[in-house]
Amino acid sequence: MRSVREAAQGIRRAPLLSGLSITAIGLSLFIVGLFALTAHNIDEALAGVESRVEVVAFLREGTGEELAGIARAEIEGFPEVAEVRYVSKVEALYEASRELTEFSDVFSDLEVNPLPASLELAFRDGYRTPEDVERVAERLRGYDFVEEVRYGREWVDRVFALRRVAAGGALVLGGAFALGAILLIGIAVRMAILARSREIAIMQTVGATDAYIRRPFLIEGLVTGIAGGLLALGLTRLAYEIVTRSLLAMSWLPDIWIVGGILFAALLGMAAASRAVRREIRRIQAG
Amino acid sequence: MILFREVTRAFDRSTPAVRDVSFHVRKGEFAFLSGPSGAGKTTILKLAHMQLMPTRGEVRVSRYSSARIRRRELPELRRRVGFVFQDFRLLEGLTAAENIAFALECTGTPRAKIEPRVGRLLGQVGLAARARSFPRELSGGEQQRVAIARALATEPLVLLADEPTGNLDERATAGVFELFRRINASGTSVMMATHDAELIRRHPDIRVIELEEGALVFDSREDGAAEPGAHGDRL
Repeated sequence: MRSVREAAQGIRRAPLLSGLSITAIGLSLFIVGLFALTAHNIDEALAGVESRVEVVAFLREGTGEELAGIARAEIEGFPEVAEVRYVSKVEALYEASRELTEFSDVFSDLEVNPLPASLELAFRDGYRTPEDVERVAERLRGYDFVEEVRYGREWVDRVFALRRVAAGGALVLGGAFALGAILLIGIAVRMAILARSREIAIMQTVGATDAYIRRPFLIEGLVTGIAGGLLALGLTRLAYEIVTRSLLAMSWLPDIWIVGGILFAALLGMAAASRAVRREIRRIQAG
Repeated sequence: MILFREVTRAFDRSTPAVRDVSFHVRKGEFAFLSGPSGAGKTTILKLAHMQLMPTRGEVRVSRYSSARIRRRELPELRRRVGFVFQDFRLLEGLTAAENIAFALECTGTPRAKIEPRVGRLLGQVGLAARARSFPRELSGGEQQRVAIARALATEPLVLLADEPTGNLDERATAGVFELFRRINASGTSVMMATHDAELIRRHPDIRVIELEEGALVFDSREDGAAEPGAHGDRL
């Protein structure tokens, strides 16, 4: 109770500095929030197209259906693979003529079916990263009777790269602001300690534990962190509303990300306060 | 109770503040720590309170040794060793009672026990009527009594006092000193730094440990009979 009261006093004592600390945390997490919003929406878009992405292994001319059946069973055993469909030469021709109606005459006039038989692979949820697809493709290429493996993943790779850039940007910019926030919280806590150095010296003299002395300052850091986190949440929500109303419909961040973000802000505030208080308390004792 | 064994404490490469000091203050004993300003009296008290650690040698207080004590044990030691300052060091924004309660609160005394104990302590130092007065409303002697009550709050085995009468007039000095004697009579060891030669002369029964330039130059108990006049004149 005393700790909470004194933490509130600490914030009241230097409202400008506390406000600056909260703003710094808020801005750093707002940047992270914007990138998180982008990354989350890219994820959602990816999930939609990914479920439709297939890998197709074209079989060599003359591969028997029996061999293809055995391979199919084996490939279905891969952890990444949900389903394998065998498409015979005849089926391939039929599908081609049906899908490409403008060429239906060309297909019906053919004397020899030029289309190869193939195996079409669908992937399990959670196994659709470029690395998973590439690994499966590589294994398929290992079969003698597989002529060629194709997958339209190049653009997905590019989207993934974009996502990585978003994450990297959030890390660098958010990190820079977070560092600023840590320094500001440190200054705020140091000022609060300075204002109470006489009290702290008496506490040390009569035998208060370091934990007891530190507690109000840690609470001050925690409150500053949470306030900064809430500010970031508000700003991110504002940006989301503006974009959704004027540009394109986006989906809002998952709850777990929001809770995680606020917890992170709280920890950031407490860690910054802890660093400052540890050093200052030792200095008071040494004096 | 307080044992100094060949203790040296240096702050830099120049002359150490305390050098090679050895003495033993027993349980229930009262000792003056005397000597001119800069002789090392405050350093000795800070060493006994383990605010400072010896550069060489060992300080033992009760069961705590400077050679082995861990940082997290220091609060425990400080509760066993009360400290009184020359300038009282009361919190101006708190009343006399609150200043004492503050010490109890920050050492984890249950809330219900604080009030009765503060009342008892104020009674013990003769300030029951001034419980609600702020430090600025109290005389120097009264402020020092509050500080003593605060130092006694954790029921220490030893009371260290750094020139506790240095800021007081003669009458207040006599009253505060009597208080220390009463506290000592109840079994608490007292080590009091003072350069008040007159105070020492008036109490020839009290042991005198005298320092000069950081070295122990006289110990009335080790030297046999105290000769307060002789060394008192040198103060």
